[in-house]
Amino acid sequence: MKRLFPILSILTVVLLAYALYEALVVAPADALQGDVYRIIYYHVPSAWTAFLLFFINFVASIQYLAQAKRSENAAKWIVIVIGVLGVVATFLPPVQHLLPTGMRPSAVGTTVLLIPVFYFLIGKLFTGEKLDVLAITSAEVGVVFCTIVLVTGPLWARPVWGIWWAPGDIRLTSTLVLWLIYVSYLVLRRFSNSAQTQMLAAALAVFGALDVPLVYFSIWFFRTQHPQPVIGGGGSMDPRMLHVLLISWIAFLCFAFLVCWSRFRLELLQREVEQAHAMESMVGAGTTSSKPSLPLSRSSR
Amino acid sequence: MTDAEIPRTQPLVVVSGLIKQFGRFAALRGVSAEFDAGRFHAILGDNGAGKTTLLRALAGLSQPTQGTISIFGKSPLAACRDIGYMAHPSLLYDEMSGMENLRYFARLYGISGDARCEEAIRSVALDPELTRGVGQYSQGMRQRMSLARAILHDPTVLLLDEPFSNVDVNSAREMVHLLKDMRDAGKTIFVVTHQAMLLEGVADEFIWMQAGEIVDRTASAQRAPNEPKAAL
Amino acid sequence: MNSLWSLTLATLVKDIRLEWRSKDALNAMLFFSLQVVVIFVFSFDPLAEESRHIVGGLVWIAFLFAAVVALNQTWAREMRNQVLDAYRVSPAPANALFLAKALGNFLFVVVLQALMVPLFVVFYNLRALGPAWQLIPVAVLGTWALVVNGTFFAAMSLRTRSREIMLPLLLFPISIPAVIAMVAGTTAILTGESSAHFYIVLLLTYDVVFTTACLGLFGTILHAE
Repeated sequence: MKRLFPILSILTVVLLAYALYEALVVAPADALQGDVYRIIYYHVPSAWTAFLLFFINFVASIQYLAQAKRSENAAKWIVIVIGVLGVVATFLPPVQHLLPTGMRPSAVGTTVLLIPVFYFLIGKLFTGEKLDVLAITSAEVGVVFCTIVLVTGPLWARPVWGIWWAPGDIRLTSTLVLWLIYVSYLVLRRFSNSAQTQMLAAALAVFGALDVPLVYFSIWFFRTQHPQPVIGGGGSMDPRMLHVLLISWIAFLCFAFLVCWSRFRLELLQREVEQAHAMESMVGAGTTSSKPSLPLSRSSR
Repeated sequence: MTDAEIPRTQPLVVVSGLIKQFGRFAALRGVSAEFDAGRFHAILGDNGAGKTTLLRALAGLSQPTQGTISIFGKSPLAACRDIGYMAHPSLLYDEMSGMENLRYFARLYGISGDARCEEAIRSVALDPELTRGVGQYSQGMRQRMSLARAILHDPTVLLLDEPFSNVDVNSAREMVHLLKDMRDAGKTIFVVTHQAMLLEGVADEFIWMQAGEIVDRTASAQRAPNEPKAAL
Repeated sequence: MNSLWSLTLATLVKDIRLEWRSKDALNAMLFFSLQVVVIFVFSFDPLAEESRHIVGGLVWIAFLFAAVVALNQTWAREMRNQVLDAYRVSPAPANALFLAKALGNFLFVVVLQALMVPLFVVFYNLRALGPAWQLIPVAVLGTWALVVNGTFFAAMSLRTRSREIMLPLLLFPISIPAVIAMVAGTTAILTGESSAHFYIVLLLTYDVVFTTACLGLFGTILHAE
């Protein structure tokens, strides 16, 4: 494990450099926007990475809650049902009619299917306390990437469309709300005095996740009433641009993975130090029973 | 199971390996003990010894980091109907009278009608007819009313955290007298207090805590500070 | 189920009685609401042509401010003498307490709205060009949306530092879809330029989703130390 980190770091640096080169030099200039559009290679991959991380946080929070309330079985079944229903629903015409234009049913179906997939994957890899550590890690790194999206968005919009922000722009506004929700999540974590901070934060994450589709629909309808410029444009993309976009995304994912890994280790170590402190005082007292061990013992991960 | 049926030899409250961690600080460091039914236990110790933490864990107000508590063979929250809890704050609404407060809390336990409320208030030597808000009572009266609230639903186990602090001598004596009667009727009582002498001759057992552990259990409040640890 | 509702009602009645006796929150709130309206009137010219388009937003921002101040004192009485501990050790279901508090807040905010709305109507010469009766479902559903989450987050903030700022900090982002729907719906009805149907349905969905979430998770929040 320890050797993997430097190797991965070097790989990531190389990838990021390569992606930058591709974005600035290799990718063709946009027909309408010229070279200004190249910020898309930072803007879009950051968005995808942020959404992925928030999604991981959501799944980890649900599992943490299910575990704490001993309803893992119920949660498993609910998640499977959601996955199946979601995929089936996207094939039904009435549901397809409801989807905002530009959203392909297959894309929505895949996203919904990812819920049970991620649920079981994360459940297998992380248990107990580590779910909560995963939650805080993904939230923090997610907020960083989300901030990048919100900064690069207006930077792109201004020279191209003449405005910093369009309130009806569904993607940018949804991202802003998501950012606000997760910043409030981090503030709650920091300001809470409770011994059950982790449960409170998990509950907030669930609320946030329930909120996101509602945000999307409310802005979508608002926009159909009040047509607004769409920052970033819709429609298809030149395959060469798509190629660079994907390279950029892979580089960002590697980087995000590295940062998350470091943060995860840091949090785990911090908690172990705390427990070591508490344990130390127990050893000193000299109990007649054998030294008790605390839930988060020194593990190799 | 009524109070009379609980055999006096079977431990009613069993605490095993109880650890409570607040960040870097361990308030309880592996407390293990058994407490028999129908006995009056006084819990003593310096500030920070973990007395209140232990009591709150027994009441189900605090989840242990590790370890188990069993009351009547159930977890504290599951056994809540049989537990009565009282602390230094009054747990009452200042703007309502004693009867109004108790009527409301009786609803929480599924008790309707005024009879039980009046009985509880009288048993703590207070007048059910008093209409002024509990906030205007003296500290002693307030503590007694809080005790009335705790015994309202006739619990088998009573958990009292510093019931006698800042209370006038008469009120304190009334309360001790009432607790003694309740113990004689078969209830199990735990009192955390700094005023051990109040309970001398009344309490069946004095439990001494220090630095998050039980260090001694004696029959009397007289205990030399550096006495070697007795077998638990 | 029976006991849940009877306990909710008993708690609600108790809260109303306590509020009536002390009247501390109510009086201050009424006066505060009045001041909010006046400030808005001075900031946004009522005679302007465009006022009808923005009044929907103004009214709901005013309600939001008033609601937050009301929500912040939801649990004040329970915190005073640690009464919440008495509730936690009792067998009473947590949701009875939650519903009672949420309903109490709802009534409270409705009273404030009843004070503020006539003032807005007077100062801004409001007249609905669309179907005015639709304002009622928008108001009811919108207010419940704010109050149900507000009561929940108020309970969450009890365990944090800077309690009073924590509540709006948690509440506002989550409430954004509801606020959009309330404001856009009210504007649609006042200007008569579009239909508020979708927004009413959205508010209803929001209310159902979050009321369920609150009822499901409140027990966890209540028993957190």
